[in-house]
Amino acid sequence: MNNPKLLTAHAGILRTRVGACWPGTRAVFRGLDLHQDLRDADWMELYIFGITGRRFTPQQVRLLHTIWVLTSYPDARIWNNRVAALAGSARSTPAQGIAAALAVSEARIYGGGPGLRAIDFFLRAQKAISSGQNLRNFIETELKSNYIYGYGRPIDSCDERLPWLAGIAEEQGLNRGTHFQMAFEVEKILFDMGKSNLRMNYAGMTASLCADMGLSPREFHIFRIPMFLAGMPPCWIEASEKPEGTLFPTPCDAITYEGVEKRPWPRQSTK
Amino acid sequence: MSTETIHTRIWHEEPEPDNPFATRTAYCRGYDVFGQMVGKTRWIEMLVLLFRDELPDTAALDMLEALAVALANPGPRDPSIHAAMCGGVGGSSAAAVLIAALSVGAGRNRGAREVFDAMTDWKRLGTHIESWHTCSQPESKDHAVDIWPDREHPPGFDPYGVTTATSVRQLLETLANIGSTPFINWLQLRYKELENIVGLPLDICGVAAATFLDLGFSPEEGEMLFLLLRLPGAAAHALEQQRNGYKQFPFYPVELQDDPAAREQP
Repeated sequence: MNNPKLLTAHAGILRTRVGACWPGTRAVFRGLDLHQDLRDADWMELYIFGITGRRFTPQQVRLLHTIWVLTSYPDARIWNNRVAALAGSARSTPAQGIAAALAVSEARIYGGGPGLRAIDFFLRAQKAISSGQNLRNFIETELKSNYIYGYGRPIDSCDERLPWLAGIAEEQGLNRGTHFQMAFEVEKILFDMGKSNLRMNYAGMTASLCADMGLSPREFHIFRIPMFLAGMPPCWIEASEKPEGTLFPTPCDAITYEGVEKRPWPRQSTK
Repeated sequence: MSTETIHTRIWHEEPEPDNPFATRTAYCRGYDVFGQMVGKTRWIEMLVLLFRDELPDTAALDMLEALAVALANPGPRDPSIHAAMCGGVGGSSAAAVLIAALSVGAGRNRGAREVFDAMTDWKRLGTHIESWHTCSQPESKDHAVDIWPDREHPPGFDPYGVTTATSVRQLLETLANIGSTPFINWLQLRYKELENIVGLPLDICGVAAATFLDLGFSPEEGEMLFLLLRLPGAAAHALEQQRNGYKQFPFYPVELQDDPAAREQP
């Protein structure tokens, strides 16, 4: 590693297996001709193929779609949506507002972070069980050293999205996977342990379903990037249609100042 | 109307009597910004004051300003600037150009997250050369999964370096002469030993991390400052490429290693 020769070997050329385009001729997408072989693909089918290099069944693609649909909330109070909406109100461009809102969604306490940790939890739990460990013991150990991601939700511990997602999983015949079943078992164990506030949340259910589809934590993380996307354009559009600057205008007295008292600037000049 | 408010100890504004949204007076950490600070304050003082209640001494400000000059332009070979130029050459918006520079310059290879990692590790390791032997060991896989990709080299060191670059040594020496602060001075005295232990030469990210630590910034603050201070070069290079036009900007050759057309050939 301690050598610039590796950099020299990669300079000035793109060596790739994922694809390329030759303007005026053709485009290749992960070893397939995009126009010849993939022109009829559903966008989600293409997206998940791009992430994993694997093909998914129509039932799986339907379920993946549902995961996005059920959490597309055009509520401009939600932090990531608020970014898109503020961009509209401030008369910025839609791409800038929505790109920033998507990046903001890769957060520690919602979105990207908890999802990644939830699938990691299920994969490690399954590994522990496969090696003979008891699920309850595994959960007890986890609780001592970590949060259990995939359970618990601020404001209201009941997640309104879950019955709908579970229904589609059942409809598509994808509700019998090991991780999905385990997700309910974990919830029951947590309840029995007195952690009744730790009910399964959306990260938990989606992570378990995607673990059953064979997604790795990184693949799951990337799959989830546009998960909130559909709710963002309405926020930008509505804010851009209202008088400029009227989304959450903040008067001076809506700021609670908690810092040091007024004082004179101690220096006379920058010279 | 909602009674919810934003809480801050940084900024206080008093409104004009005729408009609750118009600023009559703005105070930063208690100082009157437009009445007293503007015209009497160095930009670097304002920058520090946004993160601190109290101004540091002049040497600390000089150190940070010197580092800001060093970081202002990583140059067109740097991936963050390359990203900004990709925005510039295609006529993307100004914010998109800076978003591109920030996103690419945020990472664990010569980016802001590497500064965060270095500050986190080095705060723990301190100036005890013996403890640095753990620095060259691969990161434990026991850590919680994270949105960031795993580390691939000890933070603060150049994974492809042979010896410490002259520019890095010059920056280290200059900062040590200005501030006489503990980490930077120790680094200047011991960097060769550290490099032998780690097996890699010191990188500018490491010097930035050590400076931020000496100035009392947290890893989160250092990460933010590193992102902020490298933006001027991104802006300037993007606008330059916009003026130059795409025909002068590289569109590299490609070697596709999984080409269906190649497979179909007999």
